[in-house]
Amino acid sequence: MSAALVIAQSGGFVRERGGDASCVANDGFCPTWIADNLDRYWTPLLEHLYLVVVSVGIGFAIAFSLGLLAHRQRWLIAPLTGVTSALYTIPSIAMFFLLQPLLGRGNAPAIVGLAIYTQVIIFRNVITGLANVPGEMVDAASGMGMTKNQRLFRVEVPLAVPEILAGLRIAVATTVGLAAFAAFAGAGGLGQKLIVASLITFKSNVVVAGGMVTLLAAALDLAVLGFQRLLTPWRRAVAA
Amino acid sequence: MGESSGRSSAETIEFRDVTKQYPGGSEPAVDGLSLEVPAGEICVLVGPSGCGKTTAMRMVNRMIDMTSGDILLGGRSVRDRKPEELRREIGYVIQQIGLFPHRTIADNISTVPSLLGWSKARMSERADELLELVGLPREMRDRYPSQLSGGQRQRVGVARALAVDPPVMLMDEPFGAIDPINRERLQNEFLRLQAELRKTIVFVTHDIDEAIKMGDRIAVMQVGGKLAQFAPPAELLMAPASPFVEDFVGADRALKRLALQRVRDIDLWTVATCRTGEPTAGVRERTAEADLDIALLVDEHQRPVGWLSERGLTGERIRSELRSPADPVVDLDDILRDALSDLLASESMYGPVVGAQGEVVGVLSMQVISQAVGSAPSEVPGATELAASEHVNGAGDATGPDEE
Repeated sequence: MSAALVIAQSGGFVRERGGDASCVANDGFCPTWIADNLDRYWTPLLEHLYLVVVSVGIGFAIAFSLGLLAHRQRWLIAPLTGVTSALYTIPSIAMFFLLQPLLGRGNAPAIVGLAIYTQVIIFRNVITGLANVPGEMVDAASGMGMTKNQRLFRVEVPLAVPEILAGLRIAVATTVGLAAFAAFAGAGGLGQKLIVASLITFKSNVVVAGGMVTLLAAALDLAVLGFQRLLTPWRRAVAA
Repeated sequence: MGESSGRSSAETIEFRDVTKQYPGGSEPAVDGLSLEVPAGEICVLVGPSGCGKTTAMRMVNRMIDMTSGDILLGGRSVRDRKPEELRREIGYVIQQIGLFPHRTIADNISTVPSLLGWSKARMSERADELLELVGLPREMRDRYPSQLSGGQRQRVGVARALAVDPPVMLMDEPFGAIDPINRERLQNEFLRLQAELRKTIVFVTHDIDEAIKMGDRIAVMQVGGKLAQFAPPAELLMAPASPFVEDFVGADRALKRLALQRVRDIDLWTVATCRTGEPTAGVRERTAEADLDIALLVDEHQRPVGWLSERGLTGERIRSELRSPADPVVDLDDILRDALSDLLASESMYGPVVGAQGEVVGVLSMQVISQAVGSAPSEVPGATELAASEHVNGAGDATGPDEE
């Protein structure tokens, strides 16, 4: 019912101002309209960015902690993988509606939902990243007198950074896409411009909103990649 | 500077009836091992795979906990120590070296110092000191392990193990991953280092030749974790305690013994030397008294020129054209095995031995060598003594920066 409600809200926004009137009337791709109305997309873009950064941030903190815990308590790996995978299979629109009775409408259910989707991706990469640390590193670290925690944070986690951040990149890209559906939970973001009936048929709008989602995903991916290079200078060291 | 430049004294390592039984294992991995490694010596644990040598070594720093028995370091049981604290006092070198790829060479070397909370300045100073000790240029300190060759990484591994100057070191096939040419070189370098540092070392290998070369004492272990023999290399080769040991040291054990002695360690034959133009009468007399019945023609610096032929002694005076080449010329510092090889290569039964200035000091013959092979083990020096004499004589392999 809420979906119907959202879709029914027809913005006067489309034909309000600017652009080639006949092109806009035909729901066409109108560069002049885009030029005149681009400023209306900045707020949704920033809202979208906010949703992604906050939900991935929270999601990463939880999944990373669970990964470290399961690395130490191996028996936790199977159940945690099962639970996070099961959560990942819930359709996103359903997820955003399901969370509303608990969290109301707005950013809260959106962020919680998005954070849930990041779990399986990040958790698995943390676990495999730590498992792939060569045995001799672990042996050398212990043999020189590191405690389990020292070994984890001085050797194992740094060596797993490439795989952990590879997971983070997938999580970011996925979340940027999924965040478009956060509008169903009543949150802001570019999704608002994509799920309203009168807007989704308007090509100019779809190109701008959709294009911004894609560009945002690409920009955030580059940001994580840059962060990874910053954290792993040793991977770029070439034989002298 | 305290312990960063001073040398902590080595400690004895004593295995007392040490047994390791893995749960579910039919026989113990190590069975009642008792042996004592005197302070400052290298004890090599050698044996076929599955003999428990690595398990025995890893029980010293409690990477594996023993089932029964005890291991004492300097008289103190390892059981009474917290494993992490114990390990920080024991140098640890493994076959794969296990340098941390995400840390620079200096940071790798500083692993244990940083665990012990040393100051940055002190760690940095110690890292420079250790790079110099293992023969690596100081510029290496800011490189990453992936930028170094295998041999350089191995040296860093040793430097890292020596960082806090531990009295005891454990080395598990430390040269196992190095190609044969560089292995030989790194072994020699390590022996020279050890001659200086005098750590108590437990060294694991499956290679009997490496064991003979590196060990002051060798513990041969056999499958089932039993100690087959514990003896200095020469004794092991002279008097194997069982058919297993005899088989393990190999059919060429007499030849292997030759690698343990230098020409200077054995009694050489005397020889009469003569110069061109000298009256033959005196030379004939001296030749009769010498061990070798042929006279050696030498130049004014007593350097060998050639063997005088029989006809050369018949005339009035010695004539230089009546000689045959004095090949091979053996150096006093040569290892007996190499000297024998030279004799065989020249199809000669004997050769003149020269000292540091090239002057003749005697003659090495096949007979002398075979007597040396039969000599008592006590006359044969240990690995570190051999390396130390090499160091003093400067006759060792080059210590150039690197290879590959």
